[in-house]
Amino acid sequence: MGISVRNVTKRFGSFVALDDVSVEIPSGSLTALLGPSGGGKTTLLRVIAGLETPDAGVVDIAGTDSTQLPPQHRNIGFVFQHYAAFKHMTVFKNVAFGLSIRKRPKAEIRKRVTELLELVHIEHLADRYPSELSGGQRQRMALARALAVEPEVLLLDEPFGALDAQVRKELRTWLRRLHDEVHVTTAFVTHDQEEAMDVADVIVVIANGRVEQTGTPDQLYDTPANDFVMSFLGPVTRLQGRPVRPHDLEIVAPPTNGAVPGHVARVVRLGFEVRVDVATDDGEVWVQLTRADADRLALVAGAPVGVRVASSPYK
Amino acid sequence: MADGRRTTASRLGLRVVALAYVGIILLLPVGLLFWRTFAHGIGPVWDQITTPSAAHAFRVTGIVAFWTVLGNTIFGLGTAILLVRHRFPGKRLLSAFVDMPLAVSPVVVGLALILVYGPKTWTGSWLADHGIEVIFSIPGMVIATIFVSLPFVVREVAPVLEEIGDEQEQAAWTLGASKLQTFRRVTLPAIRWALGYGVVLTLARALGEYGAVAVVSGNVIDKTQTATLYVSAAYQNFDTKGAYAVAFALAAVAILALVVLNLVRPEERT
Repeated sequence: MGISVRNVTKRFGSFVALDDVSVEIPSGSLTALLGPSGGGKTTLLRVIAGLETPDAGVVDIAGTDSTQLPPQHRNIGFVFQHYAAFKHMTVFKNVAFGLSIRKRPKAEIRKRVTELLELVHIEHLADRYPSELSGGQRQRMALARALAVEPEVLLLDEPFGALDAQVRKELRTWLRRLHDEVHVTTAFVTHDQEEAMDVADVIVVIANGRVEQTGTPDQLYDTPANDFVMSFLGPVTRLQGRPVRPHDLEIVAPPTNGAVPGHVARVVRLGFEVRVDVATDDGEVWVQLTRADADRLALVAGAPVGVRVASSPYK
Repeated sequence: MADGRRTTASRLGLRVVALAYVGIILLLPVGLLFWRTFAHGIGPVWDQITTPSAAHAFRVTGIVAFWTVLGNTIFGLGTAILLVRHRFPGKRLLSAFVDMPLAVSPVVVGLALILVYGPKTWTGSWLADHGIEVIFSIPGMVIATIFVSLPFVVREVAPVLEEIGDEQEQAAWTLGASKLQTFRRVTLPAIRWALGYGVVLTLARALGEYGAVAVVSGNVIDKTQTATLYVSAAYQNFDTKGAYAVAFALAAVAILALVVLNLVRPEERT
């Protein structure tokens, strides 16, 4: 069950948006398709939805080969970045749209729409028009509209991309909780690694039309398959040419055997975190320390120090 | 302060110029037409526009306008959707062709149609053999009027389609709506005012068309004479009262349609 994408290729003219991509989205999971802009993640989502036709490959939704099915018959819910609200309909009519297309009885539609509006906390806005709603409210309406038809899978294309930072954080926590309540297989596209790590069970990293790695947030962060995934998912610095996370490094003063020798170039205090740049023979290394560690070492610019990888629980 | 005053002054100047321009070019002639028409009250005007020939001319204009509006509404919607929502070779060419009627003189359109459908042409004689007369009858006049009023619906609807984008339509598909349901319940409501405006402009143009119709109709009184041809003929026969009365009635219908549309159209929502 869930979604299975196998060997999908999609070209736009000479541009290869998806290059032989295979992805498994487990049933009931909340999966993030994460990657830089233009990497192919939105195209993959649209191929799953049937809004784009792949040049090659197979899309399987809940055990049905859906490659040739139009979006109308895929039993999906789709949420667009810019909401795609039906502007001439009230919030109620927007959410009721899929059910009224399916010619459900009036009483049933009213009951279901009311439930959904309560689920997304906009029941008091049922008679408003989308233009009278805030961005966050519109996106919740779009989500309720997509859920109304009880889709097999829910697909969200940068659902919080058009919202400001505060609303964005609220909504993603809320999406996580909503998913825990309704358990529908969900895939969402994002270019924000923090958002993906915060919300998703599974992250699929996509760049240049290929899947770079699939795994849980911890797997991707701690054992990235390559430099790209490593640098995309978190801060990276280089120690003797090797990529390493700045918070996995420690500073020893004075320098000892086994540590790379250098001297402190600058110390920047960012609240709780202290950023220390150390000049070594192989260039500058950025080390992230806690305030307590930095104070204990009493670091000042020019002081000779050693840098080494700290013993970490997952190495 | 000085800045503010200058802005106010220049804004006032602009307003005066714009109003004067519209006044002299547009309102003055239409106003005078109105005044001349009703110089002797409503009774004589009514008599003039209900003479058998005038009434017949109105009926011919009505028939031609009806088919033109019908044809160009369907064609205009289809073309606008094609131009905005689809990619195909020759798209720019089609777009250019849609504007051609604005560039070509209606008289030229009429002559061109005679070259295609005239009695001595291959097409014309073939159609005549099958009992269809195009030139000097209603079909030819409809074709000519469709030709000259072709761009209005397309050019009103296309920008609005462009602006609303295709995401609402795609959302409707994912919710299970067929293409036809999506058009009826999502696209059409979004473009209805633009479509209404295009239809009214088409209607106004169809009511007022003179040049192309003059060439293809043959201007036969009580047969193929439209209201505009009637006005011209009456004026040339020194029947100025008849000419003014019918001209006024024609203008009134078109202006009324525009005014009504503007009144019922709600303030644009964003």
